[in-house]
Amino acid sequence: MAGQVQALRRRIRTVKSTKKIAKAQELVATSRIAKAQERVNASRPYAEAITKVLGALATNASVDNPLLVARERVQRAGVLLITSDRGLAGAYNANAIRTAEQLIAQLKSEGKEVAVYIVGRKGLGFYRFRNRPVAASWTGFSERPSFADAKRIGDALIEAFEAGSDADGTFGPENIEGVDELHIVSTEFKSLMTQSANAKPLAPVQVEKQEKKSSELKAAYEFEPEADELLDALLPKYLNTRLYAALLDSAASESASRRRAMKSASDNADDLLKRYTREMNSARQAAITQEISEIVGGANALAAAGSDV
Amino acid sequence: MANQLHVEVVAVEEKVWSGEAEMLVARTTEGEIGVLPGHSPLLGLLTEPSQVRVKLAGGEQLTYDVAGGFLSIDANGVTVLAESATAATPESH
Repeated sequence: MAGQVQALRRRIRTVKSTKKIAKAQELVATSRIAKAQERVNASRPYAEAITKVLGALATNASVDNPLLVARERVQRAGVLLITSDRGLAGAYNANAIRTAEQLIAQLKSEGKEVAVYIVGRKGLGFYRFRNRPVAASWTGFSERPSFADAKRIGDALIEAFEAGSDADGTFGPENIEGVDELHIVSTEFKSLMTQSANAKPLAPVQVEKQEKKSSELKAAYEFEPEADELLDALLPKYLNTRLYAALLDSAASESASRRRAMKSASDNADDLLKRYTREMNSARQAAITQEISEIVGGANALAAAGSDV
Repeated sequence: MANQLHVEVVAVEEKVWSGEAEMLVARTTEGEIGVLPGHSPLLGLLTEPSQVRVKLAGGEQLTYDVAGGFLSIDANGVTVLAESATAATPESH
């Protein structure tokens, strides 16, 4: 009986310390969400401006930039998967990986080879563990991505894309394992409660040309340098911006997902604590009751023995 | 504010500065350009690295070191877009 009380007491201690960890993680994640959202908002003016500029440019430039043209034959497709560096984030990584796997299966069924690019240790671990090839990976910044990180990824992806897969020999130098199209799998932050992983095409870039509105006089832009040259310079920047936005969004989602997971973990710890405390109390009470009845029984037995004499 | 130029200096990670100015001076790959209110629409790529000077109404001047930047002028004003923009120590003038 006393042994049972001890065991329960030990278990309560364990649950308490687990709860402390979960609670701390929850608080950290909460403040990270706010920070990540701030950064999403801070990056918005640039993203909006570059989208607008690119739209204006695409209506004026001839559209033969390799980053804009869809390749006739797609032999290899690149998939960039954004996951987190750390676990304890609920279904965040599982969802992102599942979405990527679906996309990969679909691309393969279309007869394309797939090159996987990965951001985040968790995604990398998934592919390493299964001995599947990873074209390139970047880790260590999933919770606080900076533009320099996005640029590093973007430069590598653009290089692969410009190299092409050599399927038709039209794009880039031969003998470089490139890709003909690029997809990105990231997690969209919809609200604190909903984040959804989804796949989007990244390249070739689809630019929305500016609709000619009769009410609005279309600005006749001058270009310095020429429009085509300018487009060459701006498209990589635009891609990097899209990557940066995806990284930020995923970082916010990661924190939101972690917060929710940690919240349910600490709630669960509360429930466990309540149950174990109750069990421990009744075990202690039972032990005391038993002890008393033993004493009373013993005393009665002694008294009975004494009166016999 | 007809004779004021609306200027926005936007870096990827944040909006650096926005407000009204008298004139903006930048260097594109084609050459130095000064933008006054009412300039015709223009898109320009800035040299690397480059400095953008914003002349304010009171004769004050703001200078930004800009990397990976370009410039967009439309009816609403000038937008300087940069991968990074930091305030430089203003030149004495």
